[in-house]
Amino acid sequence: MSLRIIRPGLLTTVQDHGRHGLRHLGVVPCGPMDPVALELANALAGNRSGEAALEFTVLGPEIEFGCDALVAMCGAQFDATLAGRALPLNRPVLVDKGSLLRAGRALVGSRAYLAVAGGIQTPLVLGSRSTYVPAKFGGLEGRALRAGDVLPLVPDAEGLARKRFSVLKDNRKNPSDVKSVAWSAPALTLPERQPIVIHAMEGRHHAHFDAAAQRAFFEATWKISPDSNRMGFRLLGPVLARTEPVEILSEPACLGTVQVPASGMPIALMADHQTTGGYPKIAEIAAADVPRLAQLAPGGTVQFARCSLEQAGELSRVLRQRLDSALRALAWTYGK
Amino acid sequence: MSPLGDGAVYAEFGDALDLELNRSLQALAVALRARSLPWIRDVVPALCGIALHFDPFHPELPAPVLEHCKSLIEECFKSASKFEDSGRTLEVPVCYDVEFGLDLTEVSERTSFSIDEIIKRHVKTQHWVLMVGFSPGQPYIGGLDPKLSVPRRATPRVRMPMGSVAIANAQTAVYPYETPGGWSIIGRTPLTVFDPARDPASLFAPGDRVRFIAISRIEFEELK
Repeated sequence: MSLRIIRPGLLTTVQDHGRHGLRHLGVVPCGPMDPVALELANALAGNRSGEAALEFTVLGPEIEFGCDALVAMCGAQFDATLAGRALPLNRPVLVDKGSLLRAGRALVGSRAYLAVAGGIQTPLVLGSRSTYVPAKFGGLEGRALRAGDVLPLVPDAEGLARKRFSVLKDNRKNPSDVKSVAWSAPALTLPERQPIVIHAMEGRHHAHFDAAAQRAFFEATWKISPDSNRMGFRLLGPVLARTEPVEILSEPACLGTVQVPASGMPIALMADHQTTGGYPKIAEIAAADVPRLAQLAPGGTVQFARCSLEQAGELSRVLRQRLDSALRALAWTYGK
Repeated sequence: MSPLGDGAVYAEFGDALDLELNRSLQALAVALRARSLPWIRDVVPALCGIALHFDPFHPELPAPVLEHCKSLIEECFKSASKFEDSGRTLEVPVCYDVEFGLDLTEVSERTSFSIDEIIKRHVKTQHWVLMVGFSPGQPYIGGLDPKLSVPRRATPRVRMPMGSVAIANAQTAVYPYETPGGWSIIGRTPLTVFDPARDPASLFAPGDRVRFIAISRIEFEELK
């Protein structure tokens, strides 16, 4: 029971709920860049939250199925086909053994998740299957997938696929030849018209920057630099100057921290970010908005809207409610 | 006490390296972890403060979270017992050849010490692990001879070679992986700093005493 990578795409990795509880040893959680999309994909495939899936980036892979499987693809809208027919996104799809899934380019957004019933079964490393490329562990040999890689599934992946698909509501009303359903889950994180608006709080070292930099951060339109990756998004725009160059002792950093090195070019820390750093923090992105930022590809544009900690908390609660109501609807289709 | 977005808070207890403060932070971390609060994902003792990372979407997340974390840290600070470190001294072999110590010449110019004097001063003092962070297993080690204290380099290196031993801001760091970094490299260790398959995965733990031992290029190859 396995999947075989025919073409790897730009950056395809195994990601699950992430590696939590080890930050004090410098181990970053990794995990999906867009955890909301991963959670929806898992729910659609009938999986528990946080099961390991594949993260596609900008240009998707070609995957051959070594067995029947139930899959769901969520997140960015990829130009994807299954056995030559359009692959419906945001819904469970029953795949026949030997079929080829081709995910071409991301048309809207940049990262998608392919969940398979039972999850991808690469080995657990420090409690997680998430790939951490900088330290070469997790996922498949700690690296991005290559042509010829074989990804193990659970031993009863086929039985699970048929059983789960048979109980789904409206599983015969899909008009196309692809075995899917007549309904779909909502896409909650796709970027709207650019520049997208991302909420951010003033960071711990906001006062270290001069008045022009403080203004510019929240007024400028920032462009995601091509040398951005899962560690951080480098933002191209005005140079942010500090009033005086004070050396800061290294201190904890986290997902969504916007730090500014001596160059004055801010970096937004993403899923694979370092756990500590010594650059001043001009802002912290609201947790609820990080998944939407993660959906921007290099060249994409963003503006930061100032918000308070309370507003950021409220955004998180609202996102959780929207996700929960989508998950409840999916649970119902599984007769749970 | 400052929020790090709505997913973490950082409580700072000082702004200078202090071994006693650092040890009380390690004790505080033990006390905080013992609470086993479901919404807290990570307790991270740092050089001069402590960070609590939580799941911002957790249903049991208390509100307002900043005030709640503040009183939690205050309570635990009072109840924390004295930090019992491992009592061990790690001996870290370092080859200080200029081939590995890419910034030895630069440090020599900055400090006006000869390279031999830099090595002598680095191996002479007793060092302590104050924090592990940045990348898996990377130690921030205090106890550097104050005369060797240099600031971060103006332009960070894109790649610090694996095992690099580097100094900045009165500390020494050992780079477990090839990552970017702005500290001055003075040598390289042949030790495997982090191995997820080993128990414990991290060679260094906060509270460990460290002694650097100068080794030759031949010894480096033998130990690798």
